[in-house]
Amino acid sequence: MSASATEAPATSGAAQRRKTRLLPYLLGLPAVITLLIGMGYPLVWQVLNSFREYGLPQQFGAPPKFIGLDNYTALLADSEFWTVLGRSLAFMAVTALITMLLGTLIALLMKVVPNWARIAVQVAMLLAWAMPLVTQMTVWNWLLAQRNGVFNYLLSLIPGVDMIGHNWLVEPLSFFAVACIIITWSSVPFVALSVYAGLTQVPEEVREAAALDGANGTKMFFHITMPMLRPIFVILLLLQMIWDLRVYAQINLLQGFGAAGTKYDLLGTYIYNLGIAGGHFGSAAAAAMLVMVITVGLSWFYVRELLKEDD
Amino acid sequence: MKSRSLWRSLAAILAVIVALAWVFPVYWMVNTSLQSTTQINKLTPTFFPSFNLGNYKAVFEKSGFFDALGISLVVTGIALVICIVVAFVGALAISRFRFRGRKALVLAIILVQMLPAEAMFIAQYKMISGLNLLNSVAGVSIIYVAMVVPFTMWMLRGFVAGVPADLEESAMIDGCTRMQAFMKVTFPLLAPGLVASGVFAFLQVWNEYALASIILTSDKMETLPLWLRNFAQPSSMGMIEWGQVMAGSVLVAVPVIIFFLIVQNRMTQGLVGGAVKG
Repeated sequence: MSASATEAPATSGAAQRRKTRLLPYLLGLPAVITLLIGMGYPLVWQVLNSFREYGLPQQFGAPPKFIGLDNYTALLADSEFWTVLGRSLAFMAVTALITMLLGTLIALLMKVVPNWARIAVQVAMLLAWAMPLVTQMTVWNWLLAQRNGVFNYLLSLIPGVDMIGHNWLVEPLSFFAVACIIITWSSVPFVALSVYAGLTQVPEEVREAAALDGANGTKMFFHITMPMLRPIFVILLLLQMIWDLRVYAQINLLQGFGAAGTKYDLLGTYIYNLGIAGGHFGSAAAAAMLVMVITVGLSWFYVRELLKEDD
Repeated sequence: MKSRSLWRSLAAILAVIVALAWVFPVYWMVNTSLQSTTQINKLTPTFFPSFNLGNYKAVFEKSGFFDALGISLVVTGIALVICIVVAFVGALAISRFRFRGRKALVLAIILVQMLPAEAMFIAQYKMISGLNLLNSVAGVSIIYVAMVVPFTMWMLRGFVAGVPADLEESAMIDGCTRMQAFMKVTFPLLAPGLVASGVFAFLQVWNEYALASIILTSDKMETLPLWLRNFAQPSSMGMIEWGQVMAGSVLVAVPVIIFFLIVQNRMTQGLVGGAVKG
């Protein structure tokens, strides 16, 4: 950066040009180093150890033995892994679809109601969206508390229903339904507000023209609005799928509220239990690699879109 | 026309129900935090708040709230400063220059954002434990910087690209050095972008739970999310002081909500802006 103004126009010789050519590398270097330390090194470790035996003996200094694809084949032969994988994918699909559906419906609702009602919805959505994850989980745990949680109280107001003392986290299906409801509650705002922002950009003239041609509400939605918003829907759905696959924090916290055990596991907690809790770092690395492949596969379309944006 | 207005009022009622459903957990958190233990333990819940600050007092007095707040501030502070500097110069590199390897760098920072914690935390845990940095501020900060740099860099890239390079060049013709031109012309225009990206990075680090729960296992080294999780555990008698837990939740959530409201517009518009028009 010592290039002074006087020499810049006249003597922009080879030295100057070399400096400019090096500049982007210098500027990019810190980012590269950060990524290499925080992500690159662990990634290499993970790839290597997914091909090695790395269990308790290795924890205490025995050299890890290279065992080829054994970790992967053992994992893929393990019915428990398949159960957890299937469960995670089902959880992802259900939660992402419900989120998209509810989010879109709420966005459409926001479009037709008077201003004051729309603002009420927007404020409620923003408040829910802004809640930190651990706070969300803690508050929902209180809402669903067995004895004096408000949810059981309200349900018990229905004649003939007595839910006081019911624990929603014991039965696995109910456990995952609770997780699904909490995650849907927290991710609908992003979808609803994004779709609503998209709706406001559909030009009024197009809608008027369609109305003149006799399109009613439903036709308008499926033939005008939907096609115009398609790019947003695709990206939102992809993001929801990626995010609903990475729910380690939520599931871990819910398990901490009193439902520990493998039948409550999704991929994240499964990998944690395999590796950090169980000491089978080789198999855990292999499982993590599979999760990574699924995620990158899912996000590939989105990544391509972002790369286009870069041009 | 009559049925139309009926529809509109029905829709408005539905909107109110939706708003209530989404705001209710937030409301209930605040409501419970302002009640006395006896009110909370009644079988009939109290729907409208009294104004009892006892729970907040109890949180401040007995538990490690301030210790956790201090650790959260230190971790977030370190990660944020490093992240902003690194991401900012990185964003300059990828938006102001075309160089060999640029595409690879851009691809790397996009892909890294897609990776879930569960795909990396085993390896990151092993690395940090190998460096003997488990339960240390440095240990989490290393991972946090790597976690937030990609997103921050990507966001800043947009802001830098929004300031035309011509501006800098004309300042250079007027006799500024490249550095001066940058500091006097471009940098002030980027300030709002830096603030917005900084707030996003802050929110990510401040709220992070998954990695913290793995790397910080000692109860002397809790960030706020870990503190809240442990604070909400039942006592040895199996009791949870819900009033205090909710007061703690409010304390953790309020700064986040404030910062979030400042930047939320960019979240939705960022996604929509290009998508519909393009």
